[in-house]
Amino acid sequence: MAEAPGLIEARELTKRFGDKVAVHDLSFSVEPGRVTGFLGPNGAGKSTTMRLITGLDRPDGGTATIGGLAYGDLIKPLTRVGALLEARSLHPGRSARNHLLFLAQTQDIPATRVDEVLDLVGLREVARKRAGGFSLGMTQRLGIAAAMLGNPPVLLLDEPVNGLDPEGIRWVRNFTRQLAAEGRTVFVSSHLMSEMAVTADHLVVIGRGSLIADCSTEEFIERSSERSVLVRTPDTARLRELIIGAGGSVQDHDGNGDMNGSDPNNSDPNNSDPNNKGMIVTGLPAPRIGELAASASLVLHELTPRLPSLEEAFMEMTADSVEYGQSSVS
Amino acid sequence: MTAGLLTAEWTKIRSVRSTMWSLLAFMVVAIGFSALIATVISNTWNNPGNHPNHVTLLTDPTAVLFGAGFGLGQLAICVLGVIVISSEYSTGAIRASLLAVPRRIPVLAAKAAVFALLDLVVSAITVFAVFFITTAILRSHVSITLSQPGITRACIGGILYLTVLGLFALAVGGLIRHTAGAIATVIALVLVVPPLISLIPGTIANHVHGYLPTVAGTLVAQSSQQPADVLSPWQGFGVLCLWTAVLLAACGLLLVRRDA
Repeated sequence: MAEAPGLIEARELTKRFGDKVAVHDLSFSVEPGRVTGFLGPNGAGKSTTMRLITGLDRPDGGTATIGGLAYGDLIKPLTRVGALLEARSLHPGRSARNHLLFLAQTQDIPATRVDEVLDLVGLREVARKRAGGFSLGMTQRLGIAAAMLGNPPVLLLDEPVNGLDPEGIRWVRNFTRQLAAEGRTVFVSSHLMSEMAVTADHLVVIGRGSLIADCSTEEFIERSSERSVLVRTPDTARLRELIIGAGGSVQDHDGNGDMNGSDPNNSDPNNSDPNNKGMIVTGLPAPRIGELAASASLVLHELTPRLPSLEEAFMEMTADSVEYGQSSVS
Repeated sequence: MTAGLLTAEWTKIRSVRSTMWSLLAFMVVAIGFSALIATVISNTWNNPGNHPNHVTLLTDPTAVLFGAGFGLGQLAICVLGVIVISSEYSTGAIRASLLAVPRRIPVLAAKAAVFALLDLVVSAITVFAVFFITTAILRSHVSITLSQPGITRACIGGILYLTVLGLFALAVGGLIRHTAGAIATVIALVLVVPPLISLIPGTIANHVHGYLPTVAGTLVAQSSQQPADVLSPWQGFGVLCLWTAVLLAACGLLLVRRDA
């Protein structure tokens, strides 16, 4: 049975550089029609995996296929897969248009398509300028233009929002979501957890070259064990004693609003005392905290069970696999 | 290797300034130096010290006409040959190239073909420009024409030598992948190694020297065989082609084997 043309499959991928294992026995698949985020700490092997999928690096073991074919076996690969790898994959002395033109010529793509993708990413005005003079953001846009040149059903984007301003980040976010909505396979690596939280439907998470999770974004957050409850009361000191007495643990809330990532700017209108930022309770479920308060006739202003943010879930699940520790940072 | 790939490599090579500058440097140095030397020989024709030049002009005219100008100018061809491929690695453009053509060998083949053709055309223009300019300057003293024995072969040989030398440099550039290292290596092979080996006495060293790529390769640009030559003109050119073919094959093998 022929595989869907948009399906990316990595099977037991392994890559060593010298005696350092960059990717170890990595298997996952990336489905069409949704944005799949590729998450991992620095040095986890995300870029190496992208390079293995596109055949730039040869795996020491395992296979990576796109629609059932190795990248090297694709006919006119730019019409099958669009890849944005390291941003500086171009000659700085060559104009943006000529960079795209030579790529188009290798695939027998007409030159009119070059102008189309230049318009698509908003680089028409500077098309004949040397790419070496471009800002990182413009270079990223040129890389995205190159990826879109063959109108491919599969997009691989390695850190596409790197170096972009907020407007550029929003543009990439909407763009990737639109590509997925069109039924394309979109595989996006990022170290920006907040970005993945609003962009990705599905996550592939790796640490030290090995798979940590391959699940939906919600499931990933759910799976993280650390649940907590945000509690606000006028009588913080007494409730704190009760909670600790009942076996819970209490942290002061840092006041950064809702940590589920839905809207960080949402100030709480129910919070009458702006200085009372509340506390974060772990180890006790919300009903039990409510009962404790009621038994002592304490007023509660807020009692909100919270899921960890994607960032918290990520930090927790990759804690053992951070390649470059931060022990020197106090 | 398709027409599209050749067009793409042509777009690449014409769209960076280093191509134009290298070829311009080659033409200016080759034509300028050759014309200068011809002028000096012409102006000092009656000086007694000029006698060796007269002898050479009569026995092997192209050695004088093509001497210093091409000896220096060929370095620009070597530099261009190296950077045509090494700049892809230093800039990261190789990743874009190999994403488009993952089989890799066709990229090298198309690149070599397009560069060789450009090198051939520019060398042909330059060799004949030098020949007609220098013979015109010397016309009042000595008559050198294409119909004399060995002259046409030497001109065509010079063009072929410069073309294959460019490919030789391209292969070294693709093997070493670092522009500075590859240029240093090629220049050492062209300029430094031959005179060093010629200092070693004995017939073995003499033969090693004779088979060095540029020593053998330049024989075909001489209008007549010299007593010290180990090889005939076309044998010498064949040796240069062999060096180049082996290096290009190694370059292709490593291009496929190595991570980009």
